[in-house]
Amino acid sequence: MEVGAVLDEKVFYLDRALLKQYADASGDQNPIHQNEEFAVSVGLPNVIAHGMLTMALVGKYVSDFAGGAANVLEYSARFIKPVIVPAGEKVDLTISATIAEIDGDKVSLTLSATSAGVKVLGMAKAVVRK
Amino acid sequence: MLNPDSVGSTFAGTESITVSQSEIDAFCAVVGETDTTIAPPTFTIRITLTQFEEILTRPEIGLDWSRLVHGDQKFEIFTPVKAGDQLTCTATIESYRVAAGNEIVSVRSDLRKGAELAVSAWSTLVVRA
Repeated sequence: MEVGAVLDEKVFYLDRALLKQYADASGDQNPIHQNEEFAVSVGLPNVIAHGMLTMALVGKYVSDFAGGAANVLEYSARFIKPVIVPAGEKVDLTISATIAEIDGDKVSLTLSATSAGVKVLGMAKAVVRK
Repeated sequence: MLNPDSVGSTFAGTESITVSQSEIDAFCAVVGETDTTIAPPTFTIRITLTQFEEILTRPEIGLDWSRLVHGDQKFEIFTPVKAGDQLTCTATIESYRVAAGNEIVSVRSDLRKGAELAVSAWSTLVVRA
């Protein structure tokens, strides 16, 4: 493992059922994540995934790299574009990472997350114990 | 509009929260996590966003939750959260500004197990004009 190394890419697929499942698991029942008519009425192109769902899925990628959630020390991201989830479709969330720093047993990752080729998280970083 | 006098203040959440295994299981299921002995790294958003909503929409603070979008999020995890943990939450309004009519509020939450700080989480919340 060395600074600059690129980790294996992983792809998750999101659909409306996953958004409903995340709404129930997180308690965030904002209708922009479930109701297309409502989402469009507030100026969105369609139903969008919760930013925190995107972050949760990238968090799973980080946990897997770290050998478990117990080793995730810091994790941050900026929500720059929504993940758009049309009815009846599965949309990708494609995740990769680069090792940015190694300091003793702490490893910093720079994370990349895209959907339909569009970068959805900015400044996404994690520090793990490894 | 948020009451600017609230910036810099720390507010206690309503009560202590006991984390259940079923809550952790439900969160793990969404992301495909099979180790349910520890909460996933973003699990505590379930607690902190609810607490933020309760605190920031109090009449004396006055944030409009209905036009809110999430700008960014950061977690520092000092002790992983597990089922049975009893957590208390405080929220500190760290900064507030208005840009192009949008209100931008940065809030830090500290989740403690007893006296021990378990997780600090920072959220930037944007109330759209």
